[in-house]
Amino acid sequence: MAQRRIRILLAKPGLDGHDRGARVLARSFRDAGFEVIYTGCHQTPEQIAATALQEDVDMVGLSCLSGAHNYLYPQVAKLLRDQGADDIVVVGGGIIPDKDILPLKEAGITEIFLPGAPLETINDWIRANITPKE
Amino acid sequence: MKDLGKRVLAGDVRAASRLIRNLEDQITDTYIAIQEIFKETGKSHVIGITGAPGAGKSTLTDELIQAYRSQGKTVGVLAVDPTSPFTGGALLGDRIRMLRHAEDPGVFVRSLATRGAMGGISKAVGEGIHVMDVLGKDRIIVETVGVGQQEVEIINHAHTVIVVLVPGMGDEIQALKAGLMEIADIFVINKADREGAGKLYKETMNMVQMSRDRAGVSKGWQIPVLLVESVMEPHKFAESVEKLRDKIEEHYQFLIDNDLISERMRRKTAAEIQEALWGAVMCPILGELEASGEMKRMIDHCLLKETDPYTLADEIACRYLKEESDKESCAES
Repeated sequence: MAQRRIRILLAKPGLDGHDRGARVLARSFRDAGFEVIYTGCHQTPEQIAATALQEDVDMVGLSCLSGAHNYLYPQVAKLLRDQGADDIVVVGGGIIPDKDILPLKEAGITEIFLPGAPLETINDWIRANITPKE
Repeated sequence: MKDLGKRVLAGDVRAASRLIRNLEDQITDTYIAIQEIFKETGKSHVIGITGAPGAGKSTLTDELIQAYRSQGKTVGVLAVDPTSPFTGGALLGDRIRMLRHAEDPGVFVRSLATRGAMGGISKAVGEGIHVMDVLGKDRIIVETVGVGQQEVEIINHAHTVIVVLVPGMGDEIQALKAGLMEIADIFVINKADREGAGKLYKETMNMVQMSRDRAGVSKGWQIPVLLVESVMEPHKFAESVEKLRDKIEEHYQFLIDNDLISERMRRKTAAEIQEALWGAVMCPILGELEASGEMKRMIDHCLLKETDPYTLADEIACRYLKEESDKESCAES
């Protein structure tokens, strides 16, 4: 009877009002059978971390197209760690130069999806890597 | 996560959210945590906000949180959005309107998907209210999914029900129909700067005056109809919602003064016992029928008209529910 459903927080940190991509992803996650909480634009890392805890999600997906990912993404991961929630997987997407990917991963961003990543690839990655908690 | 009940009692937000999630996911033995916290429940004032999709429920909820915070009251919000009947997935977007409260420790917003429940809320809402209650939230706002005419289950959970209407949704006959229009303790006509708001106000007032002595549990309460407009002018909007807050408080006081709160509590508790019985009695039976393949066989027999659902239900009731001594008479009949 018990059936864990994957819960995802999709958030847009920083000063970036372009959320077409995030909305398409939200819809795609819904169709993949996940429960996705979408926050809308202009979030601070603090708001995103607080929301992730209140919603008890398995994964936080960050989208930022403004170039501030090097600060914003690690900050979300750090805030979650500081609050004992390092089990929440943080992934990111957006316009991210190749040279930034490794430092982001070292800063606690588990995976980075670049423009053009097929929706099915992202959904499959989630199914393979995100295990809802006991 | 261990010791959920104790952690919730200690005020752990994530544990609280996890407990709600365990109920949603029907994790075995979750009820133990509820048993632990149940004694501490019953302190919060529960407010239901319901209405059609896009009527402005989330935006009103956001402003209402603000109106209560300005008085120093803490607020819990359970925001329900629909689950896809096809994929089981859900897009929970009510929070988008409530962002400014994300970091306020006096506000706890939890989004829930309906998971197939048809009454406008999710099955976990009742327990979600307990969890928020135990966390010490003074007011708990339950925002239903966008509803039509019949999704009225919120009345089993809220002390005060607000029905949000918007202009342009139909003629006067709609206001006379049973269901949603009967359950309001307070009507809000939102987007009242739009065309048709005056007409809607008159129609709603007419209906309200006829239902002053309705059979419902707020007997004697004069249902107010509040106009809310100017969402684009934050100051004016805030003022309208403060009036709404005061009416909500007035209604709760009315329930207390007229000893009506206990009737609501009885109804809520009855619904909760039924829910628990469903979990304890029906779920195991359904699980067994599914697992053994009997459910599938029964469906086949029904489709072939070899039997009917009522005969089958009777047989199963005999098998599971009757005392040992009655079983013989079951077999005979």
